[in-house]
Amino acid sequence: MTTINLTINGQPVQAPAGTSILEAARQAGIYIPTLCYHPELRPEGACRLCMVEASGSRGLAAACVYPVAEGMVVKTNTAKVREARRTVVELLLTNHPKDCLCCQKSGDCELQKIAADLGVRKLRFEGGEKKSHAIDDSNPSLVRDQEKCVLCGRCIRMCRDVQGMDVYSFARRGFNTIVTPAFGLGLGQAACSLCGQCSTVCPTAAIVEKDDTDKVWDALSDPDKFVIVQTAPSVRVALGEELALPSGSVVTGKMVAALKQLGFDKVFDTDFSADLTIMEEGHEFLHRLQNGGVLPMITSCSPGWVNMIELKYPELLPHLSTAKSPQGMFGAIAKTYFAQKAGIDPAKIVSVSVMPCTAKKAEAARPQLCDSGYRDVDIVITTRELGRMIRSAGIDFAALAEADFDSPLGYGTGAGVIFGTTGGVMEAALRTVADVVAGQSLPKVEYHEVRGMEETREATLNIVGTEVKIAVVHTLAAAKKMLERIKAGEADYHFIEVMACPGGCIGGGGQPVPVDASVRRLRREALFGCDEASIIRKSHENPDIIALYKEFLGEPLGEKAHHLLHTTYQAQRR
Amino acid sequence: MSRKETEGVCFEKREQVDAILAEYEGKKGTLIPILQEVQNLYNYLPREALEYVAERTGVPIAEIYGVVTFYSLFHLDPRGRNIIRACQGTACHVRGGKSVLQALEKELGIKAGQTTKDLRFTLETVACIGACGLAPVMQINQDTHGRLTPEKIKTILAGYR
Ligand code: SF4
Ligand code: SF4
Ligand code: FES
Repeated sequence: MTTINLTINGQPVQAPAGTSILEAARQAGIYIPTLCYHPELRPEGACRLCMVEASGSRGLAAACVYPVAEGMVVKTNTAKVREARRTVVELLLTNHPKDCLCCQKSGDCELQKIAADLGVRKLRFEGGEKKSHAIDDSNPSLVRDQEKCVLCGRCIRMCRDVQGMDVYSFARRGFNTIVTPAFGLGLGQAACSLCGQCSTVCPTAAIVEKDDTDKVWDALSDPDKFVIVQTAPSVRVALGEELALPSGSVVTGKMVAALKQLGFDKVFDTDFSADLTIMEEGHEFLHRLQNGGVLPMITSCSPGWVNMIELKYPELLPHLSTAKSPQGMFGAIAKTYFAQKAGIDPAKIVSVSVMPCTAKKAEAARPQLCDSGYRDVDIVITTRELGRMIRSAGIDFAALAEADFDSPLGYGTGAGVIFGTTGGVMEAALRTVADVVAGQSLPKVEYHEVRGMEETREATLNIVGTEVKIAVVHTLAAAKKMLERIKAGEADYHFIEVMACPGGCIGGGGQPVPVDASVRRLRREALFGCDEASIIRKSHENPDIIALYKEFLGEPLGEKAHHLLHTTYQAQRR
Repeated sequence: MSRKETEGVCFEKREQVDAILAEYEGKKGTLIPILQEVQNLYNYLPREALEYVAERTGVPIAEIYGVVTFYSLFHLDPRGRNIIRACQGTACHVRGGKSVLQALEKELGIKAGQTTKDLRFTLETVACIGACGLAPVMQINQDTHGRLTPEKIKTILAGYR
């Protein structure tokens, strides 16, 4: 690869040919403000905030799309550059609501930060026409406020290039330009998976998770309610970022302590029901394999993924495992088994879950998830929302003494915790399936064959004499390709894991922002660390799971398990 | 182009849309001509037809919507049989173009940009139609009407009812 020599602000810099000025500058530790640029998305050069002086360019050059050239002299901080940038920001702010103080994104907003960094103190163009748009509140997961949209197009690129869902597009032109789903539909009417990835790249509050924290506060302050909470595997390795701890911090004990301080009556762990999911899904897989069932069987714990297949490939629904997601299983067990065991009227239980995911809010609202006789999961908040609750309660998170999950739904194995990363559900399932087939506890625990970050991975494994061909897929664009292959008869796998979000739940649509590949890697390593530190690392060896089957459920795939732990899917027409 | 999951789709003039799509099958960069022909078929672009075009061409519906709303030649709502373009250019403006437009709005019971319920008239404004000598002017379909006053509107429209 040719190396290009240039100078940026007088500093000699080397960069491979084809690098943009922006990337070359960032590698050299020189910061250029950006808005439409996102490290994980194809650059578009739309906002002009990253303008710099570059020899060879006639006006100012947009650093995010302008390639470096030999001998190029770049200046990122001249009077001309500062004035041009400031004008861009002022124009954006002029047409932007000024409710920063009460905005859901306050503190995490890139526009706010840029305006502060550039020292914008007054707006010279005030008084012009302003756009006004209705809020899109059409679904349980996400809220869109187009008045806060800066037309950076990141959501379009995320949804199109990474998720393959193509929900958004620029529409109209000139001053009237907007970013919108077709026909101005709300996300609840458009063919949107509710994965929330667009909300993780939106620089402002134009796309945010629907805030359900008030519902939680209300439940917590109601003396007649017994409020329980479950926390998803990937929350413990990401929540710290909301509370000023470095990425990859494992905050399980502090998180439990904080939830207890917030006033939850019981703090349980979705890792427990992830183990339960493995019991059902693993046995379902073996049943399909041995009885000529529909193969490949595909995992169903990622609700963005389930929405996608229900929307776009309903003819392939028989491939989905009928096992509920860990959130769904927990909900059904909490208001039956736990209620009975603890002697609590299930009507008084408010079941809250903390999820890395915006689509989980919609999952909990599915009419199918009422098998306890009540709504199985009442309120879902994301990692970001829990972070806000902890901050608003004034809890000094870093100083909290660690606490333990409650019993009997609070113990999960290492297999349960790795559900939070791409490949984790597959690995957890293999640990159990292999032991079940062998009829004994095998020494093999880790399946490095399925680990990795490539969007589609595959392996052929020998499970006690049987060849099993598996695949692991993450991102919806990759999932779509896999489904096309299945339709074309080109995918002879037995078992496929699909997660909607990049990296799986660790990169979920409800996780702290900003996020990129390095942040996801740290969260993922932290999860594998939790697994390694676990004494029990196979779902079927979880003593609380064994007790649950013995005391209450009977056999995996048995009648009671079928009723409480399995679900149905149907085509969504939107 | 794929025919996936479109077999059972049913809407008005579907066969003609199929014929248009067949004409462009396998060619690149054909979205705009397809949309133009579909619009000629209905006089506007009905949502079902656009969704069908999206399904068959593989172009995402959001993108098609973006294209349709970008070009002023495309219309998402039904259009009247007679298209009135009331000029609001500088010359017309100075000579009372605004009151002519108001008279049109009053007579038709619609605002600029709208279509009458009976689909007889669509009222639009234009920046200049190059007939400044006759200001204030309007065009109805291909006919130019000049030296307008609000009083003349009723009679002129009667000729198109
Ligand atoms: S939630 Fe996911 S599918 Fe829906 S618009 Fe956002 S990125 Fe696209
Ligand atoms: S909604 Fe957010 S991400 Fe999408 S264009 Fe607007 S500001 Fe950018
Ligand atoms: S960041 Fe370069 S143009 Fe927007």
